[in-house]
Amino acid sequence: MDSSAWVALALSLKVAGWATALNLVLGVAAGYALARTRFIGRDVLDALLTLPMVLPPTVLGYYLLVVVGKRGWLGAWLHETFGIHLIFTWQGAVIAATIVAFPLVMKAARAAFEGVDPKLEQAARVLGLGEVAVFFRVTLPMAWHGILAGVLLAFARALGEFGATLMVAGSIPGQTQTLSIAVYEAVQAGQDDQANLLVLITSLTCIVVLLAAGRLSKVRGGLP
Amino acid sequence: MSFDVSVHKRVRSAGREFVLDLQFKTDARRTVLYGPSGAGKTLTLQAIAGLLTPDQGRIAFGADLLFDSSRRVNLPARQRRFGYLFQDYALFPRLTVRQNIAFGLQRGWLNPSRRVAHEAVAHWLQVFELTEVAGQRPHELSGGQRQRTALARALVNQPRALLLDEPFSALDPELRERMRDELEQLLDRVDVPMLMITHDPADLARFGQHRVMLREGRVSEAGPLSPGAGHPAV
Repeated sequence: MDSSAWVALALSLKVAGWATALNLVLGVAAGYALARTRFIGRDVLDALLTLPMVLPPTVLGYYLLVVVGKRGWLGAWLHETFGIHLIFTWQGAVIAATIVAFPLVMKAARAAFEGVDPKLEQAARVLGLGEVAVFFRVTLPMAWHGILAGVLLAFARALGEFGATLMVAGSIPGQTQTLSIAVYEAVQAGQDDQANLLVLITSLTCIVVLLAAGRLSKVRGGLP
Repeated sequence: MSFDVSVHKRVRSAGREFVLDLQFKTDARRTVLYGPSGAGKTLTLQAIAGLLTPDQGRIAFGADLLFDSSRRVNLPARQRRFGYLFQDYALFPRLTVRQNIAFGLQRGWLNPSRRVAHEAVAHWLQVFELTEVAGQRPHELSGGQRQRTALARALVNQPRALLLDEPFSALDPELRERMRDELEQLLDRVDVPMLMITHDPADLARFGQHRVMLREGRVSEAGPLSPGAGHPAV
């Protein structure tokens, strides 16, 4: 058994896990803000934040290179101030996967928050709760099902991310070569055995994720 | 123990502008705000509860000032200590009856657990005959049990007064009459002043010791209602 396949799997899970965790915070916060605040340009902002879902990943990768690359405005600042390189690192892959999967969480969270009956929140306020407590005790639990569906989709999307990751993080075995990139490399190099193994691992991983998702949503459904 | 309310609020919805501009005072134990739908009853109740901020005005209960636009006083809803009975009760659908009732007693960012043990909760479960359904969720309850749960949830916090928003309007006529009886009996057992809004003359006749008639955002008539005075024409 070729151990490089397992290294690629571990890396894929690490990148997708980090991207999902970041989106759990960023996507939920953005979805909440879009659902609950009114400001000029809200629809434009929503459209901009949804762009990663429809843009070709290569275009996103290019934007990312422009922003966080060595000569990019953010990349240059990070390099000079902290000595951080994001290009060709697994952290760069996390950023790419996070941005690609972000709209899935944000859209789901916005719809879920908009579906929460404002009367329940009012009832909680009258009963003596502050705004933060209202969010964690009423709003979030009521919206959780919808958010969770978006989060699981985001994890799956991050796991399968290819284009933007390849452009930003490259394909360094053991460092940035995720499963989907490893499959591409194996096929390009004519290593059919390796490709078969990688495809099998990827498919099995996805099935496990889907089963876990189904299980999780059932458990959640039983909780208050 | 009295409401002293003066509210001015301009609201816009669906392109229409509505102006709420009313004053009333009452020290009756039971006051009914009566008027057709669209008269501004719910807005008034929300302003008193702190769920809606008036443009101008002053709202006081007894000696406590809750809102005064000229002195920039505006107590948030959580500090006004009213019990609010919503039209459809607004029970928390994923919490059990027991958790719903204990909701306001628990501070912090977590909801009360299913096994929450609290003397006051046990007391109200018993008084309102909800002990047997304490572990059930709102959707499993009858209409009467839902209303009692909502009342218990409000009363467990020891509110200074109860605000009731059209408590029977969503019910069919037969059940409405039964629930009216039930609510009257429950209110007789608790010593809390109440302010009810309704468009149903039967509610006014039953619960209105003091009536405030609303029309198009203004008070058209107000005063004590003597028992047996029947249904005044509005």
